[in-house]
Amino acid sequence: MLHARRFFRLHPWIFALAALLLSSTGNAAPPLGEEYARVLLTRIGFAPSRDEVSAFAGLTQAQAVERLLSTPSAAQAAPPPVVQENIPQRAEIRTMSGSDRKEARKKQILASHELAAWWMQEMMVTPTPLLERMTLFWHNHFVSSEKKVKAARLLYEQNVLLRQHALGNFATLLHGVSKDPAMLVYLDSATNRKGQPNENFAREVMELFTLGEGQYSEQDVKEAARAFTGWSIDLQNYRFTFRRFAHDDGIKSVLGQRGNFDGDAVLDILLAQPATAEFIVRKLWREFISPTPDTTEVKRIAALFRNGGYEIKPMLRAMFNLPQLLTQDNRGTLVKAPVELLVGTVRQFGFQYSDAVPFSWAAMQLGQELFNPPNVKGWPGGEAWINSATLLARKQTLEQLFRAVEMPRVHSTRRIVSQDADDFKEARKHLLQAMGQIYFPAETWCRQWGAAMDRVPDAQSLQRMQDAVLILPPVNPLPAGATSLSIVRALVLDPVYQLK
Amino acid sequence: MKHPSGFSALRRQFLQGAGSASLLALQPAWPQSRLAGYDNRLILIELKGGNDGLNTVVPYADSRYASLRPQLALKREQVLPLTEQIGLHYELKPLLEFWQNNSLAIVQGVGYPQPNLSHFRSIEIWDTASNSAQYLDTGWLCRAFQERLVPPQFAAAGAVIGGQDMGPLHGGARTVAIADTERFVQQARLAASRRESGNAALAHLLKTENDIVHAATQLTGQHVFKTEFPRGAFGDAVKTAMHVLAAGFDAPTQRMRSGHVAALRLTLSGFDTHQNQPGVHASLLRQLGEGMAALKSALQELNAWDSTLIMSYAEFGRRPKENMSHGTDHGTVAPHFITGGRVRGGLYGQPPALDQLDGSGNLAHAVDFRSLYSTVLSPWWGLSAANILQGNFPPLPFLRS
Repeated sequence: MLHARRFFRLHPWIFALAALLLSSTGNAAPPLGEEYARVLLTRIGFAPSRDEVSAFAGLTQAQAVERLLSTPSAAQAAPPPVVQENIPQRAEIRTMSGSDRKEARKKQILASHELAAWWMQEMMVTPTPLLERMTLFWHNHFVSSEKKVKAARLLYEQNVLLRQHALGNFATLLHGVSKDPAMLVYLDSATNRKGQPNENFAREVMELFTLGEGQYSEQDVKEAARAFTGWSIDLQNYRFTFRRFAHDDGIKSVLGQRGNFDGDAVLDILLAQPATAEFIVRKLWREFISPTPDTTEVKRIAALFRNGGYEIKPMLRAMFNLPQLLTQDNRGTLVKAPVELLVGTVRQFGFQYSDAVPFSWAAMQLGQELFNPPNVKGWPGGEAWINSATLLARKQTLEQLFRAVEMPRVHSTRRIVSQDADDFKEARKHLLQAMGQIYFPAETWCRQWGAAMDRVPDAQSLQRMQDAVLILPPVNPLPAGATSLSIVRALVLDPVYQLK
Repeated sequence: MKHPSGFSALRRQFLQGAGSASLLALQPAWPQSRLAGYDNRLILIELKGGNDGLNTVVPYADSRYASLRPQLALKREQVLPLTEQIGLHYELKPLLEFWQNNSLAIVQGVGYPQPNLSHFRSIEIWDTASNSAQYLDTGWLCRAFQERLVPPQFAAAGAVIGGQDMGPLHGGARTVAIADTERFVQQARLAASRRESGNAALAHLLKTENDIVHAATQLTGQHVFKTEFPRGAFGDAVKTAMHVLAAGFDAPTQRMRSGHVAALRLTLSGFDTHQNQPGVHASLLRQLGEGMAALKSALQELNAWDSTLIMSYAEFGRRPKENMSHGTDHGTVAPHFITGGRVRGGLYGQPPALDQLDGSGNLAHAVDFRSLYSTVLSPWWGLSAANILQGNFPPLPFLRS
């Protein structure tokens, strides 16, 4: 079976002729084929199953991108009840005894773990991986953490907000997140500089959310801070409130503009700067394409983004249609984040499990605790995911996962421990039990490639398995005369498996 | 699970796998008096959470101490006096011997300008040796190792004992994280030694694998210490650190082979004592005292005491005035301990000026923490401290020449 793309590579003159003939009729692009479809789905989604690849192999890059951008998202599962519970008031907490406060905090931490498991589950089953990747991207851009906010419900609601606008409009998202209760609580406590809470807020909005470092002056921060006065959170019901009497009503001068600005007006001024669009586009390039953004393309796509009113889909359409997304040179230049590594493994290999909590737990062990980025700048990503400790941890996790090839004896679909596990010991027991329910259906997976789990695969099946698992040829030689299962294990333990 | 046939079998497997038999060729042991550069090793002890310095190195003669802390102030009989002004918390009894041997340096008032009171941000400042408003990506030790590479025959440039957080070693230095030497060697079989190549991300992965394999091949060993290591997580970390070093001990000459590991970082956690401080703090200081005594004893067995510098650090101290929960809140400056065979004992820095607290009730710093670092970088390691720390921080004279 000769793929169209390979055919054109072998006979370029035919391509040129075809291009000439077809140029007047419009789209001359060839279909992706399996290899390119897999690369596309891996890089802008999670590692795809064979069926997902087949569905896209016959599409062109433009058609594939279109499908990914336009698939309607499925309804989210409801989060566990403990997440939705009422948040104790600050005043209430202050009057609690030491041990009651400890209990309350324990409950919050458990709720946070439940929330992380909930999102992990969403990612493992979603029909729209790109939406989850973008939600995760925004979570790492508009950072808030449960450790500071101490209320899983607020983090959940922020997650809903991020997902709602993840593929929508960045301006709307920025305005919404800047008033999000979790964000307000987070920025207030995370920055901890003496006095000047509005200045902290203004600085983070400029440095982290919009312009990036070095694109504004301290005077801009001070002036913007005046515009944000009155912008606060009601700690009774954890909602954004505008305290009119606290608002500075005078003329402010921000980034060369003068006027009686309020917070929203300042956000609009920031959005009007080319630097904002470029900052976002550069970050997205480093998320999806390569560690070294192309300056010209970034400027072009950023202009498109800003001029298009910050609509995210057209901007992503432009970015994902670039040849740079799929080109050989860029493959394997990005490191899979722990969540991507785990979710991709589960999806690609069809892992079965009773509960997502071992996976969110593993992501935390590997350095990415959902809803808890380490600081206001988020997870640095890229090579920072890999050091001698995390690399060993990744490999150990993978080794454990791929050892689970025997059907678990008790195949339970309900939670093993009651949902109000208000005790760390119970939670730990639950985690261990859930780990025992994980199963890799090795025989089914190997059969897809014409191989059998316990037999040595033929050369063609071996190549198919390798292509399915790794984005680049393996660095380590595969064990000779090994069974298909051993080959799979060797492939996922190869350094290349860490890359996308 | 322990490997049944012992470490030598594992070691042979690594040799075969990595094809690096030459790494284990016996290195000539350096004579004690000619040590230079990275043969002088550094052991950092992180007092994670921010140690309450005022109840550690106690200004017992200062009346303001007791008035700021009606509940928490140590009573006179709970303090082990070092001078007429200051004394140690009673649980630091093992350090008295160090003091009497003139090998315990106590630097008082360590901090930095415009202190940040957030755990995360402040430890980042200490780890990266940055200014309060600066954000740097690499740990200060990593920058040192970039300035002058740690020789390839070393097992590793740095070792983080217990935990995965690289702290001052973050940023690509040849560092390994070891909780337990046996487990590390076992886990390390998942890594393989390969020629570094390919794109930057792949090269980084391969380099990391190489670092792991290289360290593992040199960390196997069966040294039996006479020293009894204290129980508990910190005691275990001390034991692991000493076993890491013991793998570089040349039994025939009874000396450390050249270098082996330039820097080790241990962590003692739990110092964030916002409430019910006395019991917790006492327990932590007991672990610290016992741990430091065990370090000295084990290092002496390895004839490595004179080539080792031990230094404590933490993200901040705690507020002089106690809070309403029988504890203390985040503060600014704290005293730190330095010891080792070539340390000149005594007091450095300034005692806490309890009458000059700032608007938040915190002490002003007397010594910038980067001066401690520059003492490690210049006199101890012979590097250019100014380059690495991006500024001039005069070293302190606590090293004997």
